Amino acid sequence: MTYFPYLVAAWILACGLYGLVTNRDLIHQIICLIVVQSSTYVMLLATGYVTGGIAPYFSDVPGSPKAVDPVVQALALTDVVVEAAVTALLASFAIQAHKRFGTLDPQDLAEFKG
Amino acid sequence: MTPGQRRVIFLVAMAGLAAFVIWGITGLPGFGRYPGPYGPAILKVAEGQTNATGIVSAVNFEYRGIDTVGEEFILFTAVVGMTVVLRKLRGERQRPAIEEARERAQPAGGTGVRAAALAFTGPAALIGWWLATHAQTNPSGGFQGGVVLATAFLLVYLGGEFLTFRRLSPVDITDAAEAIGAGGFAAVGVTAIAAGLPYMDNYLPLGKVPGAVSSAGTIALISFLVGIGVAAAFVQIAGELLEQTMLVREGGG
Repeated sequence: MTYFPYLVAAWILACGLYGLVTNRDLIHQIICLIVVQSSTYVMLLATGYVTGGIAPYFSDVPGSPKAVDPVVQALALTDVVVEAAVTALLASFAIQAHKRFGTLDPQDLAEFKG
Repeated sequence: MTPGQRRVIFLVAMAGLAAFVIWGITGLPGFGRYPGPYGPAILKVAEGQTNATGIVSAVNFEYRGIDTVGEEFILFTAVVGMTVVLRKLRGERQRPAIEEARERAQPAGGTGVRAAALAFTGPAALIGWWLATHAQTNPSGGFQGGVVLATAFLLVYLGGEFLTFRRLSPVDITDAAEAIGAGGFAAVGVTAIAAGLPYMDNYLPLGKVPGAVSSAGTIALISFLVGIGVAAAFVQIAGELLEQTMLVREGGG
Protein backbone atom coordinates (compact mmCIF):
# COMPACT_ATOMS: atom_id res chain seq x y z
CA MET A 1 0.00 0.00 0.00
CA THR A 2 1.23 3.44 -0.76
CA TYR A 3 0.41 6.60 1.11
CA PHE A 4 2.66 9.00 -0.76
CA PRO A 5 -0.04 11.35 -2.21
CA TYR A 6 -1.57 11.75 1.25
CA LEU A 7 1.83 12.69 2.64
CA VAL A 8 2.17 15.27 -0.15
CA ALA A 9 -1.12 16.81 1.03
CA ALA A 10 0.14 16.81 4.63
CA TRP A 11 3.40 18.46 3.54
CA ILE A 12 1.54 21.22 1.66
CA LEU A 13 -0.58 21.76 4.77
CA ALA A 14 2.57 22.05 6.91
CA CYS A 15 4.17 24.53 4.49
CA GLY A 16 1.05 26.70 4.52
CA LEU A 17 0.79 26.66 8.30
CA TYR A 18 4.48 27.52 8.68
CA GLY A 19 3.98 30.49 6.39
CA LEU A 20 0.89 31.61 8.29
CA VAL A 21 2.78 31.62 11.57
CA THR A 22 6.04 33.18 10.44
CA ASN A 23 4.91 35.75 7.86
CA ARG A 24 4.37 39.29 9.02
CA ASP A 25 2.30 40.61 6.16
CA LEU A 26 -1.45 40.14 5.75
CA ILE A 27 -1.25 39.62 1.99
CA HIS A 28 1.41 36.91 2.44
CA GLN A 29 -0.75 35.31 5.09
CA ILE A 30 -3.74 35.23 2.74
CA ILE A 31 -1.55 33.46 0.20
CA CYS A 32 -0.42 31.00 2.89
CA LEU A 33 -4.06 30.29 3.67
CA ILE A 34 -4.55 29.47 -0.03
CA VAL A 35 -1.63 27.04 0.26
CA VAL A 36 -3.25 25.43 3.32
CA GLN A 37 -6.46 25.02 1.40
CA SER A 38 -4.62 23.61 -1.62
CA SER A 39 -3.62 20.65 0.52
CA THR A 40 -7.29 19.72 0.73
CA TYR A 41 -7.53 19.51 -3.08
CA VAL A 42 -4.65 17.04 -3.16
CA MET A 43 -6.17 15.09 -0.28
CA LEU A 44 -9.64 14.93 -1.85
CA LEU A 45 -8.44 13.93 -5.29
CA ALA A 46 -6.00 11.38 -3.86
CA THR A 47 -8.74 9.80 -1.74
CA GLY A 48 -11.01 9.25 -4.73
CA TYR A 49 -8.38 7.83 -7.05
CA VAL A 50 -8.88 4.27 -8.26
CA THR A 51 -5.90 2.49 -9.80
CA GLY A 52 -6.43 2.29 -13.56
CA GLY A 53 -9.59 4.40 -13.38
CA ILE A 54 -10.39 6.97 -16.05
CA ALA A 55 -11.81 10.47 -15.51
CA PRO A 56 -15.57 10.30 -14.84
CA TYR A 57 -16.48 11.66 -18.29
CA PHE A 58 -18.12 9.18 -20.60
CA SER A 59 -18.81 11.25 -23.75
CA ASP A 60 -16.57 9.08 -25.90
CA VAL A 61 -16.30 5.97 -23.72
CA PRO A 62 -18.90 3.24 -24.27
CA GLY A 63 -20.23 1.13 -21.42
CA SER A 64 -19.40 1.90 -17.82
CA PRO A 65 -15.64 1.55 -17.45
CA LYS A 66 -13.73 1.80 -14.17
CA ALA A 67 -13.52 5.48 -13.25
CA VAL A 68 -12.28 7.56 -10.32
CA ASP A 69 -14.76 8.85 -7.74
CA PRO A 70 -16.77 11.83 -9.11
CA VAL A 71 -18.02 12.85 -5.66
CA VAL A 72 -14.63 13.97 -4.32
CA GLN A 73 -13.95 15.75 -7.60
CA ALA A 74 -17.17 17.70 -7.18
CA LEU A 75 -16.15 18.47 -3.60
CA ALA A 76 -12.76 19.76 -4.80
CA LEU A 77 -14.63 22.10 -7.16
CA THR A 78 -16.72 23.41 -4.26
CA ASP A 79 -13.51 23.84 -2.31
CA VAL A 80 -11.95 25.99 -5.05
CA VAL A 81 -15.01 28.24 -5.28
CA VAL A 82 -15.15 28.77 -1.53
CA GLU A 83 -11.45 29.56 -1.49
CA ALA A 84 -11.90 32.22 -4.15
CA ALA A 85 -14.74 33.79 -2.15
CA VAL A 86 -12.75 33.72 1.10
CA THR A 87 -9.68 35.19 -0.59
CA ALA A 88 -11.66 38.08 -2.04
CA LEU A 89 -13.21 38.87 1.32
CA LEU A 90 -9.87 38.65 3.17
CA ALA A 91 -8.20 40.85 0.56
CA SER A 92 -10.81 43.55 1.14
CA PHE A 93 -10.21 43.33 4.91
CA ALA A 94 -6.48 43.74 4.30
CA ILE A 95 -7.14 46.81 2.12
CA GLN A 96 -9.21 48.46 4.85
CA ALA A 97 -6.70 47.55 7.58
CA HIS A 98 -3.91 49.11 5.57
CA LYS A 99 -5.95 52.25 4.89
CA ARG A 100 -6.86 52.67 8.51
CA PHE A 101 -3.56 51.87 10.21
CA GLY A 102 -1.00 52.22 7.44
CA THR A 103 0.47 48.78 8.05
CA LEU A 104 -0.12 45.17 7.01
CA ASP A 105 1.93 43.65 9.83
CA PRO A 106 -0.45 41.72 12.10
CA GLN A 107 1.89 42.34 15.03
CA ASP A 108 1.52 46.10 14.61
CA LEU A 109 -2.18 45.82 13.87
CA ALA A 110 -2.71 44.11 17.23
CA GLU A 111 -1.54 47.31 18.90
CA PHE A 112 -4.36 49.34 17.39
CA LYS A 113 -7.48 48.27 19.13
CA GLY A 114 -10.85 48.99 17.54
CA MET B 1 6.25 37.33 21.62
CA THR B 2 9.40 37.30 19.53
CA PRO B 3 9.43 35.56 16.14
CA GLY B 4 11.89 33.03 17.61
CA GLN B 5 9.54 32.03 20.42
CA ARG B 6 6.67 31.89 17.99
CA ARG B 7 8.61 29.48 15.78
CA VAL B 8 9.47 27.19 18.71
CA ILE B 9 5.82 26.99 19.80
CA PHE B 10 4.79 26.36 16.21
CA LEU B 11 7.28 23.53 15.75
CA VAL B 12 6.10 21.82 18.95
CA ALA B 13 2.50 22.12 17.79
CA MET B 14 3.44 20.83 14.33
CA ALA B 15 5.13 17.77 15.82
CA GLY B 16 1.86 16.94 17.54
CA LEU B 17 -0.17 17.59 14.39
CA ALA B 18 2.23 15.50 12.30
CA ALA B 19 1.80 12.56 14.67
CA PHE B 20 -1.98 12.77 14.32
CA VAL B 21 -1.91 13.22 10.54
CA ILE B 22 0.43 10.27 10.01
CA TRP B 23 -1.70 8.13 12.35
CA GLY B 24 -4.78 9.15 10.34
CA ILE B 25 -3.16 8.56 6.94
CA THR B 26 -1.99 5.05 7.82
CA GLY B 27 -5.59 4.24 8.71
CA LEU B 28 -6.78 5.15 5.20
CA PRO B 29 -7.09 2.63 2.40
CA GLY B 30 -3.95 2.89 0.27
CA PHE B 31 -3.74 5.26 -2.69
CA GLY B 32 -5.78 3.97 -5.62
CA ARG B 33 -7.91 1.65 -3.50
CA TYR B 34 -10.89 3.91 -2.95
CA PRO B 35 -13.53 1.60 -1.47
CA GLY B 36 -16.70 3.60 -2.18
CA PRO B 37 -19.60 3.26 -1.80
CA TYR B 38 -20.92 6.61 -3.10
CA GLY B 39 -18.62 7.16 -6.07
CA PRO B 40 -19.11 3.72 -7.66
CA ALA B 41 -22.87 3.88 -6.99
CA ILE B 42 -23.19 7.21 -8.78
CA LEU B 43 -20.91 6.10 -11.62
CA LYS B 44 -23.19 3.13 -12.19
CA VAL B 45 -26.50 5.03 -12.34
CA ALA B 46 -25.71 8.63 -13.29
CA GLU B 47 -25.60 8.34 -17.08
CA GLY B 48 -28.80 6.30 -17.21
CA GLN B 49 -30.68 8.57 -14.81
CA THR B 50 -29.66 11.97 -16.17
CA ASN B 51 -28.27 11.45 -19.71
CA ALA B 52 -25.24 13.46 -18.61
CA THR B 53 -21.84 12.04 -19.55
CA GLY B 54 -20.00 14.52 -17.34
CA ILE B 55 -20.54 12.76 -14.05
CA VAL B 56 -18.86 15.46 -11.94
CA SER B 57 -21.45 17.96 -13.21
CA ALA B 58 -24.20 15.44 -12.55
CA VAL B 59 -22.99 15.21 -8.95
CA ASN B 60 -22.68 18.98 -8.58
CA PHE B 61 -25.91 20.07 -10.19
CA GLU B 62 -28.13 17.07 -9.49
CA TYR B 63 -27.14 14.63 -6.75
CA ARG B 64 -25.50 17.28 -4.59
CA GLY B 65 -27.56 20.11 -6.11
CA ILE B 66 -28.69 21.40 -2.76
CA ASP B 67 -25.07 21.73 -1.57
CA THR B 68 -24.16 23.59 -4.72
CA VAL B 69 -26.95 26.11 -4.10
CA GLY B 70 -25.21 26.77 -0.78
CA GLU B 71 -21.88 27.10 -2.57
CA GLU B 72 -23.33 29.59 -5.03
CA PHE B 73 -24.69 31.63 -2.14
CA ILE B 74 -21.33 31.54 -0.33
CA LEU B 75 -19.86 33.27 -3.35
CA PHE B 76 -22.80 35.67 -3.50
CA THR B 77 -22.47 36.52 0.20
CA ALA B 78 -18.71 37.00 -0.09
CA VAL B 79 -19.21 39.53 -2.89
CA VAL B 80 -21.87 41.35 -0.87
CA GLY B 81 -19.54 41.30 2.16
CA MET B 82 -16.71 42.67 0.08
CA THR B 83 -18.87 45.49 -1.25
CA VAL B 84 -19.82 46.41 2.33
CA VAL B 85 -16.25 46.23 3.66
CA LEU B 86 -14.95 48.34 0.77
CA ARG B 87 -17.62 51.02 1.07
CA LYS B 88 -16.58 54.65 1.15
CA LEU B 89 -15.21 55.35 4.61
CA ARG B 90 -15.24 58.61 6.50
CA GLY B 91 -12.48 60.82 5.19
CA GLU B 92 -12.49 59.25 1.78
CA ARG B 93 -13.78 60.64 -1.44
CA GLN B 94 -14.70 58.86 -4.60
CA ARG B 95 -15.10 60.80 -7.78
CA PRO B 96 -16.38 59.64 -11.14
CA ALA B 97 -13.74 57.72 -13.04
CA ILE B 98 -13.59 60.28 -15.83
CA GLU B 99 -12.47 63.04 -13.43
CA GLU B 100 -9.85 60.86 -11.81
CA ALA B 101 -8.54 59.86 -15.23
CA ARG B 102 -8.14 63.45 -16.40
CA GLU B 103 -5.36 64.13 -13.90
CA ARG B 104 -3.43 61.00 -14.65
CA ALA B 105 -1.04 60.69 -17.51
CA GLN B 106 -1.53 57.78 -19.86
CA PRO B 107 1.11 55.15 -19.08
CA ALA B 108 3.56 54.95 -21.93
CA GLY B 109 4.02 51.95 -24.21
CA GLY B 110 2.64 48.54 -23.37
CA THR B 111 1.74 47.73 -26.99
CA GLY B 112 2.61 44.08 -26.43
CA VAL B 113 0.28 43.83 -23.45
CA ARG B 114 -2.50 45.55 -25.36
CA ALA B 115 -2.10 43.29 -28.37
CA ALA B 116 -2.00 40.13 -26.23
CA ALA B 117 -5.02 41.23 -24.17
CA LEU B 118 -6.93 42.06 -27.35
CA ALA B 119 -6.02 38.72 -28.90
CA PHE B 120 -7.13 36.75 -25.82
CA THR B 121 -10.38 38.59 -25.04
CA GLY B 122 -12.42 36.88 -27.75
CA PRO B 123 -11.14 33.36 -27.06
CA ALA B 124 -11.60 33.84 -23.28
CA ALA B 125 -15.23 34.87 -23.77
CA LEU B 126 -15.84 32.00 -26.19
CA ILE B 127 -14.16 29.36 -23.99
CA GLY B 128 -15.98 30.66 -20.91
CA TRP B 129 -19.31 30.45 -22.70
CA TRP B 130 -18.49 26.99 -24.02
CA LEU B 131 -17.48 25.73 -20.55
CA ALA B 132 -20.65 27.09 -18.95
CA THR B 133 -22.90 25.44 -21.52
CA HIS B 134 -21.18 22.04 -21.78
CA ALA B 135 -21.21 20.88 -18.16
CA GLN B 136 -23.37 17.88 -19.05
CA THR B 137 -20.89 16.45 -21.54
CA ASN B 138 -17.35 17.61 -20.88
CA PRO B 139 -15.02 18.46 -18.00
CA SER B 140 -16.50 21.88 -17.54
CA GLY B 141 -19.36 23.65 -15.79
CA GLY B 142 -20.74 26.95 -14.68
CA PHE B 143 -18.10 27.66 -12.07
CA GLN B 144 -15.14 27.18 -14.39
CA GLY B 145 -16.92 28.85 -17.30
CA GLY B 146 -17.93 31.84 -15.19
CA VAL B 147 -14.37 32.47 -14.07
CA VAL B 148 -13.02 32.25 -17.62
CA LEU B 149 -15.80 34.54 -18.83
CA ALA B 150 -14.87 37.07 -16.13
CA THR B 151 -11.26 36.88 -17.37
CA ALA B 152 -12.44 38.30 -20.69
CA PHE B 153 -13.60 41.44 -18.86
CA LEU B 154 -10.32 41.69 -16.96
CA LEU B 155 -8.42 41.44 -20.24
CA VAL B 156 -10.38 44.46 -21.44
CA TYR B 157 -9.08 46.34 -18.42
CA LEU B 158 -5.56 45.07 -19.02
CA GLY B 159 -5.56 46.07 -22.68
CA GLY B 160 -7.60 49.22 -22.32
CA GLU B 161 -8.41 51.15 -19.22
CA PHE B 162 -10.66 51.14 -16.21
CA LEU B 163 -13.23 53.34 -17.94
CA THR B 164 -13.72 50.76 -20.67
CA PHE B 165 -13.95 47.97 -18.10
CA ARG B 166 -16.67 49.86 -16.23
CA ARG B 167 -18.54 50.75 -19.41
CA LEU B 168 -18.56 47.07 -20.38
CA SER B 169 -19.62 45.89 -16.93
CA PRO B 170 -21.81 48.52 -15.27
CA VAL B 171 -22.52 47.70 -11.62
CA ASP B 172 -26.28 47.57 -12.26
CA ILE B 173 -25.86 44.87 -14.88
CA THR B 174 -23.38 42.74 -12.90
CA ASP B 175 -25.66 43.06 -9.86
CA ALA B 176 -28.62 41.86 -11.90
CA ALA B 177 -26.62 39.04 -13.54
CA GLU B 178 -25.42 37.83 -10.17
CA ALA B 179 -28.96 37.85 -8.81
CA ILE B 180 -30.24 35.99 -11.89
CA GLY B 181 -27.50 33.38 -11.50
CA ALA B 182 -27.90 32.68 -7.78
CA GLY B 183 -31.65 33.30 -7.62
CA GLY B 184 -32.29 31.36 -10.82
CA PHE B 185 -30.45 28.34 -9.41
CA ALA B 186 -32.55 28.38 -6.24
CA ALA B 187 -35.69 28.98 -8.34
CA VAL B 188 -35.01 25.88 -10.46
CA GLY B 189 -35.09 23.87 -7.23
CA VAL B 190 -38.23 25.55 -5.91
CA THR B 191 -40.03 25.06 -9.25
CA ALA B 192 -39.65 21.33 -8.71
CA ILE B 193 -41.42 21.63 -5.36
CA ALA B 194 -44.22 23.64 -6.96
CA ALA B 195 -44.67 20.79 -9.45
CA GLY B 196 -44.97 18.32 -6.57
CA LEU B 197 -41.47 16.89 -7.02
CA PRO B 198 -38.56 16.78 -4.55
CA TYR B 199 -36.41 19.93 -4.33
CA MET B 200 -33.89 20.19 -7.18
CA ASP B 201 -35.52 17.27 -8.99
CA ASN B 202 -34.57 17.09 -12.66
CA TYR B 203 -37.93 17.91 -14.24
CA LEU B 204 -36.81 19.05 -17.68
CA PRO B 205 -36.68 16.67 -20.67
CA LEU B 206 -33.43 14.70 -20.47
CA GLY B 207 -32.97 14.38 -24.21
CA LYS B 208 -32.63 11.13 -26.11
CA VAL B 209 -28.87 10.82 -26.56
CA PRO B 210 -26.54 10.72 -23.56
CA GLY B 211 -23.78 13.25 -24.04
CA ALA B 212 -25.67 15.58 -26.37
CA VAL B 213 -25.50 19.28 -25.48
CA SER B 214 -29.30 19.40 -25.34
CA SER B 215 -29.43 16.51 -22.86
CA ALA B 216 -29.47 16.27 -19.07
CA GLY B 217 -32.38 18.64 -18.34
CA THR B 218 -31.85 20.89 -15.34
CA ILE B 219 -28.13 20.03 -15.12
CA ALA B 220 -27.49 22.06 -18.27
CA LEU B 221 -29.81 24.87 -17.17
CA ILE B 222 -28.30 25.16 -13.69
CA SER B 223 -24.77 25.10 -15.06
CA PHE B 224 -25.62 27.96 -17.40
CA LEU B 225 -27.20 29.99 -14.58
CA VAL B 226 -24.20 29.34 -12.35
CA GLY B 227 -21.93 30.48 -15.19
CA ILE B 228 -23.78 33.81 -15.42
CA GLY B 229 -23.74 34.26 -11.63
CA VAL B 230 -20.07 33.37 -11.18
CA ALA B 231 -18.92 35.54 -14.09
CA ALA B 232 -20.82 38.50 -12.60
CA ALA B 233 -19.43 37.78 -9.12
CA PHE B 234 -15.81 37.75 -10.31
CA VAL B 235 -16.26 40.84 -12.48
CA GLN B 236 -17.66 42.54 -9.40
CA ILE B 237 -14.78 41.40 -7.18
CA ALA B 238 -12.29 42.72 -9.73
CA GLY B 239 -14.29 45.94 -10.12
CA GLU B 240 -14.37 46.54 -6.36
CA LEU B 241 -10.61 46.04 -6.04
CA LEU B 242 -9.86 48.22 -9.07
CA GLU B 243 -12.13 50.94 -7.73
CA GLN B 244 -10.10 50.96 -4.53
CA THR B 245 -6.86 51.64 -6.39
CA MET B 246 -8.27 53.88 -9.12
CA LEU B 247 -10.99 56.01 -7.61
CA VAL B 248 -11.01 56.06 -3.82
CA ARG B 249 -8.77 58.77 -2.43
CA GLU B 250 -8.07 60.14 1.02
CA GLY B 251 -9.51 63.45 2.08
CA GLY B 252 -12.59 65.37 1.02
CA GLY B 253 -16.16 64.45 1.81
